[in-house]
Amino acid sequence: MTNSTDQPLFLDNKEGKTFKFLLSELKPKGRIFTPFNIVSIPIIIVGLIIMYIRFTQGIGSVTNLSQEVPWGLWIGFDVVTGVAFAGGAYVLVFMVYILNLEKYRPIVRVTVLNGFLAYLFYSAALLLDLGRPLKIINVIIGNDYGMSSVLFLVGWHFLLYMLALLLEFSPAIAEWLNARKARKFLSGMTLAAVIFGITLSALHQSGIGALFLMAIDKIHPLWYNAYMPIMFVVSSVFGGISVVIIEGSISSKVFDYQTDKNHNKQHSGIMHGLAKICAVTMFVYFFMQIIIFVHQQNYAYIFSPMGYWFLLEMLGFVLLPMVMFFISYRTYNITLVKIAGVLSIIGIVLNRMNISIIAFQWETAVRYVPSWQEFIVTLTIILIEIWVLRWVITRMPVLRKSPDWVKDEH
Amino acid sequence: MKKIDRRFFLKAMGVTAATLAVGIDRSDAGTDIKTGEIPELKGILYDSVKCKGCYGCEFDCAWQHGLAEPGEVDDTIIRKTDETRRTVINLYQTSKGPVYVKRQCMNCNDPACGSACLTQAMHKTTDGPVIWRENRCMGCRYCMISCPYDMPKFEYHSTNPKIQKCDLCYDLQQEGEEPACSYNCPNGALLFGTRRELIAEANKRILENPDDYYPHIFGEHEAGGSSWMYLSPVPFEELGFNTKIQNISYPSLTKGFISSIAPVDIFLPAVLLGIYEATKKDKTTQNTEERQL
Repeated sequence: MTNSTDQPLFLDNKEGKTFKFLLSELKPKGRIFTPFNIVSIPIIIVGLIIMYIRFTQGIGSVTNLSQEVPWGLWIGFDVVTGVAFAGGAYVLVFMVYILNLEKYRPIVRVTVLNGFLAYLFYSAALLLDLGRPLKIINVIIGNDYGMSSVLFLVGWHFLLYMLALLLEFSPAIAEWLNARKARKFLSGMTLAAVIFGITLSALHQSGIGALFLMAIDKIHPLWYNAYMPIMFVVSSVFGGISVVIIEGSISSKVFDYQTDKNHNKQHSGIMHGLAKICAVTMFVYFFMQIIIFVHQQNYAYIFSPMGYWFLLEMLGFVLLPMVMFFISYRTYNITLVKIAGVLSIIGIVLNRMNISIIAFQWETAVRYVPSWQEFIVTLTIILIEIWVLRWVITRMPVLRKSPDWVKDEH
Repeated sequence: MKKIDRRFFLKAMGVTAATLAVGIDRSDAGTDIKTGEIPELKGILYDSVKCKGCYGCEFDCAWQHGLAEPGEVDDTIIRKTDETRRTVINLYQTSKGPVYVKRQCMNCNDPACGSACLTQAMHKTTDGPVIWRENRCMGCRYCMISCPYDMPKFEYHSTNPKIQKCDLCYDLQQEGEEPACSYNCPNGALLFGTRRELIAEANKRILENPDDYYPHIFGEHEAGGSSWMYLSPVPFEELGFNTKIQNISYPSLTKGFISSIAPVDIFLPAVLLGIYEATKKDKTTQNTEERQL
């Protein structure tokens, strides 16, 4: 994307220079007219205009939401699917900080950064979807908590988890600013942030599944089950890891100037290990799906359009990538890992969209199809997120090594 | 007016009624009312055998709540309530001839919307109405996802949207009056009273006129029971009722999950810290400090 020169990023911590440094960092690095920029800028502009219309004329003016289907693409994809995609952050910090698997340390920072930005932008998407967004303050300041609400739990765990992610990433910000004392202080808090982050993740990942528990008559019985909270956590593990695999292989190409020579070798070792984790968790997930299927006597529904759709999701995008992950682990085939990663990402999208949109109110006459504006806004949010991600990666030590003074500290 | 704090209510079930009333002055806390536990719960019995389809209640409802008057009604079309009308009368051709049915929010005893709402904007009062409180609602529409009857309606084309649904004319009830529709019904099809009285009356009608009534009170047990209850000459599926609705209180579906949150929040960090300490020991000898991040 950009080919910035690796200019020294670390300022001397002298008075008055910090502000100047921040200003200079705000300036774009590298070429402006890259293919990515040329495609993304017009989309972002259109997206911002649509957002403006949404706030001046109501949600109904740009979306196809109806009284029967009150949650559409903005919730079903941006939030419900997006949170599963960001699951890689809690899985990786668990492996590196709790299990001390040093092998995965090189990708922790970029994964945490991805997770943080994802959550930040999903909250933005959520605000767009709220009819009365300013009233969200009621939830935060405690103007009567709805303690019996699953959404209340999800909201708070979501919010606190964002703070935990920011804390986990904060040493990189301190290194960028050359703030040694702050870095020492912040990295001291990493373990606490990790432990609470994992706990908060487990609960809000499952909470998103629990959101749909009361829609028992609305979701097709092939997708509805009382174990949705657990299924959502398990699928967020391999869903999140698959995103780490794909995102990692893209960014190691795009940002290869940031990484050192050993990186590629290291990287395939990491991919290989992640493939195994995916294979095992997908096996658990698939097995649980079979138990639920048999237990609920769902075979009655299988020979119907919804039944075939369910089979496609389960066989094509869970079983198949699972087998591919197993094979790729055995044969050390990194290309196959990536293909399986793409398939399992599609599987997660299908699963989350099925529960929140496609199999939701599946019997109503008028089906919800997202409007083009909804697609553009979703795309805008993702593109802005990539812009911010790129801005951070080109400036802070995310993929590249930390500055030398970090080692001296210890 | 009496209001009971939900959590308090649950915990203090065994404690005296006097203790229960502590939360009173906060006239907006949630309640947890199971069928029949509080007999004073008000409601309306709708008798579709008596309804002549005059559509008067649609007009009364619109006037009472400042909504647009219903125009010419085409009774061959089955209409639904929406953000412009809180109630509709539909005509169904059934095995016993044409039958009119009024539809509106059921005002459940233990409403799914009330437990879904994260700001307690949706709220079951101890009088019976499930009310929507404008100053709390953030417009997330989770009540609409949760409601088994699909009754909360959202003003999609407003920049400050409201939720529209029947609230049993809560304002009128506060002044000691009857809801507009039941007060004005010329055919006696809408009967306002306490749930206990209404169920007794409904059973009496069924018993005395077994040929006219299908022996079921819709709303007595559906979704844990509701303030609105229905009598019909024919099975309710012939009148477009969703018979998949279960005889459980819908918030009970999430109770298991909600109650597992606190244990996980407390237990999991301890486990994680334990694992961390256990794996750390092997590490002390090798690469002492390669801590990034």
